Amino acid sequence: MWVVPTIPPALYLMLSGILFTIGVIGALTRRNAIVVFMCIELMLNAVNLTFITLSRFLQSMDGVIFAFFVMAVAAAEAAVGLAIFVMLYRSKETINVDEVNLLKW
Amino acid sequence: MAENFGILFQWLIFLGVAFVSIVASLLVITRKNPIHSALFMVLTLLCVAVLYVLLHSPFIAIVQVVVYAGAIVMLIVFVIMLLDLETELRSKLKIVYSKVIGGFVAALFLFGILYTVVAKSPTGQTGSYTPEKMAGNVKAVGEMLFTKYLFPFEIVSILLVAAIIGAVILSKKRT
Repeated sequence: MWVVPTIPPALYLMLSGILFTIGVIGALTRRNAIVVFMCIELMLNAVNLTFITLSRFLQSMDGVIFAFFVMAVAAAEAAVGLAIFVMLYRSKETINVDEVNLLKW
Repeated sequence: MAENFGILFQWLIFLGVAFVSIVASLLVITRKNPIHSALFMVLTLLCVAVLYVLLHSPFIAIVQVVVYAGAIVMLIVFVIMLLDLETELRSKLKIVYSKVIGGFVAALFLFGILYTVVAKSPTGQTGSYTPEKMAGNVKAVGEMLFTKYLFPFEIVSILLVAAIIGAVILSKKRT
């Protein structure tokens, strides 16, 4: 009888790699700081997918815990990052990343 | 036969969700309006949550929906609406070189990732959490979190408190 194979981990890892690359392209090419921030969240999310996949196929729980910590860090980053954007907009009237050069000399 | 159908169904869900997540994330980085980007990001995050359910991790899937798709994207949309980004929409993109170079570097990067994934299967000692044991995923996560990873857990709580204080101080009006 013909048996359907289960989904191999390589497919999940490839999907995660593709999502990460899309995040990298967005972070490198967009100018709006909020969109760059969203791309960074996409990258964190792709890494989380890798953690969960390996934790499932190596039958270990550590990857799940690490994904949990990554989410906590992403939440903290969102709070502080968006506060910085609001402050930047107040002082510079723009959040384009190529027009913000306060620390450049 | 019944298992065959189950696995076939899993394949269908996986392929559909993978396709939708890739398309949605491409739309995130190509839409001009940041609100549209944020909404497509919600779609991507929900697709990844479905993948977590397929990988027998319902706890992480729920946290993904609540924290990412709920809290973080809500915060992003809120900030987009606070800032007046109407002028950003009209401004022409003048940096073509950065797009070409960035795309090239990222394609190289993707090639590296895919080569690594295909060339080498994940090795390592398999642990004791078989899929049957993972069925009580939330309980297992809790046990792990409060025994082996208790110290990192406390560090994360300190990090969150620091982030709260930092956000409040940053967004406070200067007097």
